[in-house]
Amino acid sequence: MKKEELLVAALKNGTVIDHIPSELVFKLIDLLGLQNEKSSVTIGYNLESEKIGRKGIIKVADRFFSDEEISRLSVTAPNVVLNIIHDYEVVEKKTVVIPDELHGIVRCPNPKCISNNEPMSSFFHVINKEQRLLKCHYCEKELNV
Amino acid sequence: MHSLVTIADLGKEKILSLLASAARFEAMPNRKTLDGRVVATLFFEPSTRTRLSFETAANRLGARVIGFSDAATSSSSKGESLKDTIMMVSNYADIIVMRHHLEGAARYASEVSPVPIINAGDGANQHPSQTMLDLYSIMKTQGTLDGLDICLVGDLKYGRTVHSLIMAMRHFHPRFHFVAPTELAMPNEYKLYCREHGIDFTEHTEFDETLINAADIIYMTRVQRERFTDLMEYERVKNVYVLRADMLRHTRPNLRILHPLPRVGEIAYDVDDCPQAYYFQQAKNGLFVRQALICDCLEIEG
Ligand SMILES: [Zn+2]
Repeated sequence: MKKEELLVAALKNGTVIDHIPSELVFKLIDLLGLQNEKSSVTIGYNLESEKIGRKGIIKVADRFFSDEEISRLSVTAPNVVLNIIHDYEVVEKKTVVIPDELHGIVRCPNPKCISNNEPMSSFFHVINKEQRLLKCHYCEKELNV
Repeated sequence: MHSLVTIADLGKEKILSLLASAARFEAMPNRKTLDGRVVATLFFEPSTRTRLSFETAANRLGARVIGFSDAATSSSSKGESLKDTIMMVSNYADIIVMRHHLEGAARYASEVSPVPIINAGDGANQHPSQTMLDLYSIMKTQGTLDGLDICLVGDLKYGRTVHSLIMAMRHFHPRFHFVAPTELAMPNEYKLYCREHGIDFTEHTEFDETLINAADIIYMTRVQRERFTDLMEYERVKNVYVLRADMLRHTRPNLRILHPLPRVGEIAYDVDDCPQAYYFQQAKNGLFVRQALICDCLEIEG
């Protein structure tokens, strides 16, 4: 058994976020608010991956992410996979689905947009999921991510 | 009660009912419809023309008006957020008319405000009461909005009024003729919008009498020097897009010339005396349209 498989298998219940581009590991921790996580979190990066060269992995014990939380990853890391672990077994693999709306995830590139000038969250409508085309709810400018 | 942020939120029936309401206000502009109400005009960015039009609309309906005419005299100059200003003013006013230099400001205000917001311009983004008065002027001079030949002339790249007009006219089968220098040509997103909505359009860089003589409406816009990266190009085009009286000898009898005002030279003064000139009445129409919009947002019969 390879070492990283062992890491996955060692989790009794929880979530293993896999296939993270190495440089995005800490960004994902931030997006998911894992700095404040109470249960045990294991972070690995620069692990070898056939798919993406070097990958990162985050294991969180006893924690299952909601669809809303997962959708926060859709701009930064759309290709990560979440393995849901129950009793040491992967019972489900979840992929990231880009939602219809993105709140507080992407910053509007328009410096004259109200969302960059008030204490408020950004808000984008996803107008084309394949082309990853967003439209700012406020200034109506379009953005490709 | 509801806000008015963008013309895109208004359907065909709504546009037509607002225009009918504006016509009733034109027939009888002085009423006590808003007696006892307070209308706030918050102009974080100054615009005397638009502010006076809204304030006159409110006054002629019997409302009291509070507000400020530029951000320097408002609390936002002390660093107060837009939200806080809106929340404070909504304690006093029944409706807020606002103009702001930041794009999306009116949308955001409409989402935090307990009273309706009318967008009187948010940066380069939207200015729906201007579009409504353009539609009213077209309807009034042509007797219909349907099937018209409309020439849009000048700065079609940055001119938000022409972009909004295209969106508002989508219900009425117009034929648009875009006349602009290459640097200020109609952006692709609006040409795409036309194609998606089955709106016919042609594109031109020369503003000549063939176009003028086949038009029902000529909508002139300012060609501003600061829009040009190449000043030589500005010098070349600034005189090409000037409308003079001698260009109006063989027009359709119903042709009317519109301009959002203020003009900076793109309409020669000798046009003012031609029967086709309509830009001053167009501005006056803004009053009746704004009376209709204020009453509609307050859901008061106008
Ligand atoms: Zn924006």
